[in-house]
Amino acid sequence: MEANTRSTGRLPAAFLTPGSSSFMDFLSDHSPEILPGNRSLPPLQGAIEAPHGTTIVAASFPGGVVLAGDRRATMGNMIAQRDIEKVFPADEYSAVGIAGTAGLAVEMVKLFQLELEHFEKVEGATLSLEGKANRLSTMIRSNLAMAMQGLAVVPLFAGYDVDREKGRIFSYDVTGGRSEEHGYAATGSGSVFARGSMKKLYREDLTEEQALTLVVQALYDAADDDSATGGPDVARRIYPIVTVITDEGFRKLDDTESSEIARAILERRLEQPDGPRAALL
Amino acid sequence: MSTPFYVSPQQAMADRAEYARKGIARGRSLVVLQYADGIVFVGENPSRALHKFSEIYDRIGFAAAGKYNEYENLRIGGVRYADLRGYTYDRDDVTARGLANVYAQTLGTIFSSQAEKPYEVELVVAEVGDGPEGDQIYRLPHDGSIVDEHGSVAVGGNAEQISGFLDQRHRDGMSLAEALKLAVQALSREANGNEREIPAERLEVAVLDRTRPQKRKFKRIVGRQLARLLDADGATSTPTDAPSDTEDTDAPDAPKTPDASDTPAKGGDESPQE
Repeated sequence: MEANTRSTGRLPAAFLTPGSSSFMDFLSDHSPEILPGNRSLPPLQGAIEAPHGTTIVAASFPGGVVLAGDRRATMGNMIAQRDIEKVFPADEYSAVGIAGTAGLAVEMVKLFQLELEHFEKVEGATLSLEGKANRLSTMIRSNLAMAMQGLAVVPLFAGYDVDREKGRIFSYDVTGGRSEEHGYAATGSGSVFARGSMKKLYREDLTEEQALTLVVQALYDAADDDSATGGPDVARRIYPIVTVITDEGFRKLDDTESSEIARAILERRLEQPDGPRAALL
Repeated sequence: MSTPFYVSPQQAMADRAEYARKGIARGRSLVVLQYADGIVFVGENPSRALHKFSEIYDRIGFAAAGKYNEYENLRIGGVRYADLRGYTYDRDDVTARGLANVYAQTLGTIFSSQAEKPYEVELVVAEVGDGPEGDQIYRLPHDGSIVDEHGSVAVGGNAEQISGFLDQRHRDGMSLAEALKLAVQALSREANGNEREIPAERLEVAVLDRTRPQKRKFKRIVGRQLARLLDADGATSTPTDAPSDTEDTDAPDAPKTPDASDTPAKGGDESPQE
């Protein structure tokens, strides 16, 4: 560890400099080479082939928000991984789901989680939900150079705002632009289909259980039309990652729970392959 | 130009040590005790905001007596060290031993450097293990030495007397309520042998609880939970599965069972075993 190898073994000055509660600020001061944004790629022709995570969906309901993702990672027209996890808790009241280059995305989430935890430990208080969303913006922006070469990371951030007492969803673009979404949101290759599905099924007065079903329906519809999104894999028992955040904090549904939701949907789709029908007028 | 006096190195070090010790002795003492399910930190602290105890990492807690700005600086340095190490390697690779070493080197260098004034702080770094045998407690005096402690440790003003008191009465496998009571008893003894009352609102209490389901084991005990623990008959079990009036900084979905496993408490005697 670097802290130990320099001269006397005492903590280097950067460790004892007061002022910053941000782990990223500390890193850029002490060991900038670790920060993902500081890496530069040699100029290349065309895009780099790396596993890509696909669809993430979120929907809010009175009392909280649900965030879910499919399990597929693709590389070109190949399936790179069948059981990738793309939805992570950011801290106790928020979660982040990532579409885009899987390797960079996982690193970004790890750093984001640490950033929030670090702030909490140093300050003795948690960041506001807006503050967290803004931190994530900064991180995406620092990845812009990579994004220009085809290694984009586009997350969806959802959390329970303890001050306003409601679930909130933030979506991002590759440049770090952030916008708050009301009701539901999706990102990734299957997001167009997922959004269409939720548009017809979403209501503001959903219960938690209904919201959970809604996002799995949306993922099913995304998988139905987008080859890069994985549907529920009954044979291998791989089901979407489904998480819910309420005033009680973050909770990830276990395999049994998410398989029950996915199987119930699957059952109905045997009769109605296109899923529930909305009224025409 | 004035001629500098010759001061023997022994004398110079003794002076510096004396300076640091006096600074530390002005601060209030605090104690760190092992109990059945982890490690408890107890100290007298009139402030609600300026903490003497804090979380460094998943299983590692920090306690400090002495000058606030100096130990606060070391605490933040420790958090940065732990987070960087955990980020570079893995969360499991952050250990109290590593952290204590870095603190010792830092304090030692500052203590022997003529250019800096010695830090007037005494630290405790504790790590909770999977079982009581895995618990580690390190005491770091102002001069950069490390003392590997077991059972109980006191730092700050009246530390010697308090640790003598604790050594005689602390035993393995105490419940949280028993350990807390013993700690408060020890802290209420003044240097002249008198006892004084420390009200609950002046106590700062935190635990590293190995039974917590979350990966972060550090938790502050405040408000009603603290009052209940203090009121609990030392001999009986102390179910604290109460609403979350704890300043529980992570995952609130935790089953509130931190102390349920304290049962059964040992014996019925109020007086601690000698």
